[in-house]
Amino acid sequence: MVATDCYRIGNVKIGVMAIQGDFRDHKQMLESLGVEAVEVRLPKHLEGLAGLIVPGGESTTIGMLAREYGLERAVRERIQEGSLAVWGTCAGAIWLAKEIPQYPDQPRLGNLNIVVQRNAYGRQVDSFEEDLQIKGLDKPFHAFFIRAPVILRVGEGVEVLAKHHDEIVLVQSGKLLAGTFHPELTLDSRIHQLFVQLASS
Amino acid sequence: MEKGTLRVKTGFAEMFKGGVIMDVVNAQQAEIAQEAGAVAVMALERVPADIRVQGGVARMSDPKLIKEIIGAVSIPVMAKCRIGHTVEAQILQALGVDFIDESEVLTPADESFHIDKHAFKVPFVCGATEIGEALRRIGEGAAMIRTKGEAGTGNVVEAVRHTRSVLGAVRQIQALPREELMTYAKNHGAPYELVWWVHENGKLPVVNFAAGGVATPADAALMMQLGMDGVFVGSGIFKSGDPRKRARAIVRAVTHYNNPEVVAEVSEDLGEAMVGINLDFLPEEEKLARRGW
Repeated sequence: MVATDCYRIGNVKIGVMAIQGDFRDHKQMLESLGVEAVEVRLPKHLEGLAGLIVPGGESTTIGMLAREYGLERAVRERIQEGSLAVWGTCAGAIWLAKEIPQYPDQPRLGNLNIVVQRNAYGRQVDSFEEDLQIKGLDKPFHAFFIRAPVILRVGEGVEVLAKHHDEIVLVQSGKLLAGTFHPELTLDSRIHQLFVQLASS
Repeated sequence: MEKGTLRVKTGFAEMFKGGVIMDVVNAQQAEIAQEAGAVAVMALERVPADIRVQGGVARMSDPKLIKEIIGAVSIPVMAKCRIGHTVEAQILQALGVDFIDESEVLTPADESFHIDKHAFKVPFVCGATEIGEALRRIGEGAAMIRTKGEAGTGNVVEAVRHTRSVLGAVRQIQALPREELMTYAKNHGAPYELVWWVHENGKLPVVNFAAGGVATPADAALMMQLGMDGVFVGSGIFKSGDPRKRARAIVRAVTHYNNPEVVAEVSEDLGEAMVGINLDFLPEEEKLARRGW
């Protein structure tokens, strides 16, 4: 087998939802940590996974195809069993959100008790990068916000891990993690490590 | 807070991967594209097939049309400017377009130079037929590359040729010994630093899409299997018998490109595909892929 096996974190397998978006970079980040990563397009690909990353991309496309091919339901069942940790980045965070006031009918998982607004900063020319302070990390994290949503409110049991100025950008509730920025576009794997630990716990 | 940096621009392009970007000429088509699962729409006045038939100078679209399309959908909106036409690009940026295609489909405004794309906050995509052209465009600041294919023909053969050419060159550069990189750069008119980057990383520094002649779900899946990151569909959707159904089918074929059962299922009963053009009978001077320098 590959040399990375000898320093694999725990023995977990993590999936990356590969319907559309930045899944390859998440997968590479996991592999750089020695974690076995698989692409998930259909419910059968969830077998044996401890965690699932839902990447950035176009949230309407991801939500529509996840519903159509049965992934949404399969992920929901595994969350209810407590067998799957899920981390949504950007479009993935939108997919997890319970409420999207502007687009109430947008297909999504909706298991995380947060309210999000899509494209909250404006159009692409308003996309930006900046350092963030994140709870649990001692040094700042350089974050890319790309046509990013914001988390307007969080419900009961949801902990805020990071804010950008006044806006909530990273939250956690049990085994669900949601962030509005793109750690996979950096070389900084600290949030991926946190998620792997969360999935292994 | 830094806006419009190179990584913010190339990072945005990364989000399109595994997706389909569709040409639309009005708000209603944009809505159909969004409902089908497109990751972005390209707003233009005429699709390439019509530009071919009608002839004349093809320019940037009317800002009113672009604004209507921006208003109609929540997904990103792209628009085309002419090669070298810096002012058309400035107008598109001012309109809030999310991505600009400096496109050979429109009539070039400059026969020697492309736009300085580093000067813009909005990202650009440019066409390329071979590695030197791709790396020159990236050197000028393009955040995304696409094949030129032969737009408006419904014939995928040129897109395949350009894909094989660019990705074959990437594999070749990766295998070269370092001392050969400079001469390779010289022979291909490519910036040395980018040839070096490709040698070290075994891929282009930006996302690379297929475009020009994709007309069926199978065409789209073929481009993905050849190693493209995603697909542009121009005339292929709204010049076909049942655009709604074909648009949905192409989106699903790109996601499940390695799953022939899904591609077979979505390919069923799509109605008529756009009427194609056999490129053996297309005069050289009518080939759009020759534009760009």
